[in-house]
Amino acid sequence: MIGANGAGKSTLLRTIAGLHRPVAGTIQLDGSDITHLPAHRRVAAGIVMVPEGRRLFPSLSLEENLKLGSTRSRSGAWDLDRVYQLFPWMAERRGGPTVHLSGGEQQAVAIGRALMANPRILLLDELSLGLAPAVVQRLYDMLPALLATGMSILLVEQDVTQALRVSDWAHCLLEGRIMLSGRPRDLASTEVEAAYFGLSKRAVGGGG
Amino acid sequence: MVWVNAIVQGILLGGLYALFACGLSLMFGVMRVVNLAHGDFAVLATYLALAIITGLDVPVLWSALVVAPLFGMVGYLVQRFIIQRSLDVSPVTTLLVTFGLSIVIQNGLLEGLSANSQSLPSGSLASASFQVNSQLSIGYESVIVFAVAVVVLVCLQLFLSRARLGREVRAAADDQEAATIVGVNVRHVYGVTAAIAFATVALAGVAFGMYSSFNPAAGPQRLIFAFEAVVIGGVGSLWGTLAGGIILGLAQVLGSQVDTSFGVLAGHLVFLIVLALRPNGLIPARLS
Ligand SMILES: Nc1ncnc2c1ncn2[C@@H]1O[C@H](COP(=O)(O)OP(=O)(O)OP(=O)(O)O)[C@@H](O)[C@H]1O
Ligand SMILES: [Mg+2]
Repeated sequence: MIGANGAGKSTLLRTIAGLHRPVAGTIQLDGSDITHLPAHRRVAAGIVMVPEGRRLFPSLSLEENLKLGSTRSRSGAWDLDRVYQLFPWMAERRGGPTVHLSGGEQQAVAIGRALMANPRILLLDELSLGLAPAVVQRLYDMLPALLATGMSILLVEQDVTQALRVSDWAHCLLEGRIMLSGRPRDLASTEVEAAYFGLSKRAVGGGG
Repeated sequence: MVWVNAIVQGILLGGLYALFACGLSLMFGVMRVVNLAHGDFAVLATYLALAIITGLDVPVLWSALVVAPLFGMVGYLVQRFIIQRSLDVSPVTTLLVTFGLSIVIQNGLLEGLSANSQSLPSGSLASASFQVNSQLSIGYESVIVFAVAVVVLVCLQLFLSRARLGREVRAAADDQEAATIVGVNVRHVYGVTAAIAFATVALAGVAFGMYSSFNPAAGPQRLIFAFEAVVIGGVGSLWGTLAGGIILGLAQVLGSQVDTSFGVLAGHLVFLIVLALRPNGLIPARLS
């Protein structure tokens, strides 16, 4: 999901996660209507979000943050050991607070916390926000391994090139509407640019 | 020896204040609710204990075993169906709602019962005491109350730091929305928090009734003591609340040693001094 600042990317993700009620329309998961399912129960249904700004719990230790992720865990492969395998540095710092960690490390904890719930759909909001390019690269290199376990990822990203490189399907959002959808390789860069900046009036389903 | 006696009594009284204040501290620390009806719920618990003691002819301590769990349930329901609704509107609404609860309880008690002061018949416990030496004797009653206070605070601390639900309470206190998206049912967690707070209020109410007489309008005066203990100790810190309670108790008992009418005022003065010098309290901390 790409789009300029204020396009409504976070709002979309938060609505899918259950933090906002849609004014119109429904949200469906595998064909069943979850529009009125409370946010905490959507986690049990398999929708888990890594929110913008990470939102770790400052008065909890790293491990407690991870453990909270399994509050409504579905059964699956992800548990503490598996997260520590993915991020070996965490095991040594499990008892410490998360406020002293670097931005990239905090983002990793936020991802680990979400994985603990064994999501079917992982919502990632601006993974790269405020992180050094090398750190961002390391986080992105990890995504294929997550996809290989069978989960889907809905990624919100400002960096269009990065987003198009890693995704199977891309949507461009403008003022709360999807302006363009398609496989990244089928999308011409001028087309993406137009949708991103709102140069074209064309909307999905609106023809054209 | 008079002073040693006063210090011991002050510390023991402080235990009662800490027991009473920890619910206020917990509800503020977790949900940012300032429960202005806190003192009135304590008074309500005292009356309920009185009814159980006289109605069933059981000792004071037994009545506490009934009143505390009952108040726990009341707390859950009050949180879910009254306070939560006001929280969804605004913090000011919550303040008004708890203020309203306070008035409703006071007037309800006044309407249903008499305005006269009453006290709990604590039986043989009231007069029994350790005789340490010829000048120093310590009442069993106040020792039991102090012990209960410490046990409650230790259990609460362990619950928050070790239990899975306690972890959810701390997470919800940190960031309600983040707690929701990891799967915590924040409203339920708030209800549980209120249940714990109300159960401790009930215990404190019974203890107050053993210490002194009470009437339907006694709540607000007690609420002030709870506020003072919480602020002296540091908001949101349980050990701070214990320290705050003890400091307040000491100030009051030592003050009344100087002049009988100076006791409560001495407590207020210590509170003001701490507020002026250390506005965050003596042990400012998060709930952990
Ligand atoms: N579908 C919508 N209808 C109406 N208002 C919306 C809609 N989506 C988003 N908004 C509003 O637009 C503003 C920006 O939305 P949001 O934070 O979701 O954008 P964003 O794409 O995540 O921006 P950023 O890149 O800065 O994070 C918010 O005030 C939000 O309430
Ligand atoms: Mg955003």
